[in-house]
Amino acid sequence: MTPFSFEWLWNVEYFIFFGFLYLALTVIGCGLVFAAIKTALQLMGFMRERHF
Amino acid sequence: MDSPLIPEGVKRCSPKVFFFWTLPWLGLLLWGGLAAILCLWKGLNQTNMSNIFAFALWIVFDLGLIALGAGAFFTGFLTYIIGKKELKNIINAAVIIGFICYSGAVAMLGIDIGQPLRGWFIFWHANIHSMLVEVSFCITCYLGVLAVEFIPIILANRKLQEVKEFRLFGHNLHEIMAVFAATGTFLSFFHQGSLGGMFGVMYARPFAAREGFYIWPWTFFLFILSAIAVGPCFTILCTKLTEAISRKKLVPDNAVQLLAKISAWLLSAYMILKIADTLAWIYGIVPQEGLTFMDFFKQGPYGVWMVVVEIIICGILPAIILMIPNARKQTGWLITASLLACVGIILNRFMFIIVTLAIPVMPFTRFWSYLPTWQEWGLSLAIVGYGILLFSLAYRYLPVFPKELELNPNLETRTA
Amino acid sequence: MEEEHVHGHRFGMVIDLDKCTGCGTCMVACAAENNVSVRPDESDKQRSITWMQLFKISNGKDFPDTEVSYFPRPCMHCNHHPPCVSVCVATATKLDFHTGIVSQIYTRCIGCRYCQAACPYQARYFNWWDGYFPKGKGLDRYLSPEVSPRMRGVVEKCTFCHHRLMRAKNQAYAEDRREIEEDEYVTACAEACPAQAITFGDLNNPEHKVSQLIKHPFAFRLLDRLGTEPKVYYLSSRDWIRRLADNFLPGEYHPVVNKNWMEREWSTKPGRDTF
Repeated sequence: MTPFSFEWLWNVEYFIFFGFLYLALTVIGCGLVFAAIKTALQLMGFMRERHF
Repeated sequence: MDSPLIPEGVKRCSPKVFFFWTLPWLGLLLWGGLAAILCLWKGLNQTNMSNIFAFALWIVFDLGLIALGAGAFFTGFLTYIIGKKELKNIINAAVIIGFICYSGAVAMLGIDIGQPLRGWFIFWHANIHSMLVEVSFCITCYLGVLAVEFIPIILANRKLQEVKEFRLFGHNLHEIMAVFAATGTFLSFFHQGSLGGMFGVMYARPFAAREGFYIWPWTFFLFILSAIAVGPCFTILCTKLTEAISRKKLVPDNAVQLLAKISAWLLSAYMILKIADTLAWIYGIVPQEGLTFMDFFKQGPYGVWMVVVEIIICGILPAIILMIPNARKQTGWLITASLLACVGIILNRFMFIIVTLAIPVMPFTRFWSYLPTWQEWGLSLAIVGYGILLFSLAYRYLPVFPKELELNPNLETRTA
Repeated sequence: MEEEHVHGHRFGMVIDLDKCTGCGTCMVACAAENNVSVRPDESDKQRSITWMQLFKISNGKDFPDTEVSYFPRPCMHCNHHPPCVSVCVATATKLDFHTGIVSQIYTRCIGCRYCQAACPYQARYFNWWDGYFPKGKGLDRYLSPEVSPRMRGVVEKCTFCHHRLMRAKNQAYAEDRREIEEDEYVTACAEACPAQAITFGDLNNPEHKVSQLIKHPFAFRLLDRLGTEPKVYYLSSRDWIRRLADNFLPGEYHPVVNKNWMEREWSTKPGRDTF
C-alpha cells in the first residue's frame, strides 16, 4: 500500500493505481481540512459567515 | 415528545407510532445480528456456500445494493457537476440511500470473507492486478465520500443547527460539495466498472469471460452503464415509497421526471450495448471454448428464460416505458418501469455471480444446486431493515426533502 | 530463465490414465502428507477438502460397450497466467517463476474466495470449518511437521508437495550439490501410486521422464482450450477420455487413435513408455 510495504514495485502500474488512489484521498482530505479550517476561522471571528 | 428534533414546520407521526414502525426493521436487524455472530463464531459453514458456490447470496446482495446505490453518485454528478438545479430537491434522499447501500454492502462483506480480521490485507498487501482490489479501494473511499456528503444533512437537524460549530461546519462542507461529488463520481466510475471487470477477467470461466479494451473487459463498461441507468430508478422508487407511506408529496415532479428521462436514455443505450455484447459472447467466446449457448442454460433452474427476462422484460420494456413522456408522467407506469429496471439489474448481477459458478467448466463434473440458509437470508434482509430504519430516522429528524413544506402547504404543523 | 542458485524449473506431472486403477491411494497419501483436515461427517462433498480429487468418468455407452476410467485431478499449477493468481486480492497466491509452482500463503489469505470462482478445475478448497485433528482418534498421529495446517476461512490447494522440494534442496545443499536429482523430489501422490501412473519431474529438464512423456501423441491436458497452460498432463490411449477432457463442438474433436477398444495398444505392452 505504501512504498515501504513488501510488495511495492517501482513500476508504472503501481504509479498509476496508487497515484489515483492518493489523489482521491488527498482531495477528500483537503476538502475536509478546508471546511474545518474555515469553520474554525469563522468561529474565531477572522472570517464572516455567509448567510442565505 | 421529540418535536424539537423534527424539522421546522413539517408534520411527523407521534413517537409511539414511530416506535411501532421501527419494530419489524429492528427485528430484521436482530435476525441479521444473530446470523453475523454465528458466522463469526462458528465459521462460514453456517451458510450453504461451498467450494462450487464460492460466491452466493451475500455477493448477489452486495453487487445488487451497490448497483442500486449508484443513484447517489450519479445524482450528485448531475446536480453539482452538470448543474441540474432541480435535482437539489432529491439529492439528499439519494445520498442517504447511497450511504445505506454502501455501508450495508461493506458490513456484509466483513462477514462474507473467511478471515474478517484480515480484511485490511486487501489494502496493505494489495495485488493491484486484481479487480477486487480496485473494487475494495474505491468502495471504501467512496463510502468515506458518502459519509462526508451525509454529514451536512445530519448537521442540518434543527437541534444540531443551534450549535454554532455544527451549523458552520455543515454549511462549509455543503459549499464545497462539488469537490466531493466529483471525487465520488471518479471513484464510483471505477468501482462500478471493476465489479463488472471482476467477472469479465475470469478467462477460464466461459460464461463470464469477455473480451475488452486493454485490461478492461466489456463487462466493466456495461456494469457502469447499467448502474447509472438503474440507480436513479431506485432513487425514484424509494422516494415514491416514502411519499406513499407518509401520504404527502415530497419531491417536485420536474426532479423525478428528469431522473426518469435520463434513466430512459441510459437504459436504452445499455440495452443496445448489452445485446451487442451478448451476441459477441455467443458467437465469439462461447464457440471458441467449444461450447454452445444452450450448454449454459440447460442445468437446474437456469434456463433461457433468465436471458429473456433480463433483456426483454426487465431491459427493453422499462426503457421503452420511460422513453415515452406520457408514460413516465403517470406514477403507475413510472413505478412499474423503475421496478422492472431494478429487477433486471439484480438479475444481471445474479447471472454473473451464481450462474457462472453453477455451470461447471470441466465436462465430467456434475451440476450442484444451492439455496441459502436462514443465516444468509438473515444478514441480507438485515441490510434492508437497516436501510429502512436509517431512512426513516433521517426522514423524521432531518430536512431530507427541501420542498416538503412548499408541496404540502395545507398540513398543520405539529405543536410541541 | 535467469541463472540462479537453482536453475529455472518447471515442475509438472504426467498421469497415465491407462494405468490408473482408481484405488484412491493418491488422494489418501496427499491428505496424509499435507495435514489435510477432515470432518466428522464427510458426506457433504461440496465442502470436502481433496487436494487430489479422483473423478470417475464413463464413455456413457450401454453394456457391453461401457468403459470407465478414473481421473485424478490435482492442482494444475497453470503456467504464465494462472487464473487464480491475478485475481487474488491479498497476493496470497503466486506463481513462482523458478519452480513453476503456484503457492498459497495461508496466513495472508483473507478468504474472499475469488480464486475459487476463477479456477475452472475446482482445484481450490476453502476451510469452511476449523481444522479437525482430534487426539483420541489418531488423526493427529500422521500430522507432518513440514506442512502448516490451515485455519478456518482460508483457501488451500495442492502445492506439488513443495515441502519435499525444500527437503530435497536442503539435502543437496548439505551434500554440496547444486542440483537435485529427478527422484529426490517426488510428490506424495506420485510416490504412493501403486500402479505408478503418476510421474513427476521438471518439464524443462530433457532428461526427466515427464518432459519426454508430454511429447507422446497420447498426451493431453485438461481444458487446454481455455489457455490456462496447465502443467499436469494426462496420457490415455482412449479417445473418449481425451474428448471428455475439454469442450468440443460437433466435428471439432479429431481422434488421435483411430482404432477401436480391442485394437488399441495397452499400457502393459512392452515398449509402451518409450517411443
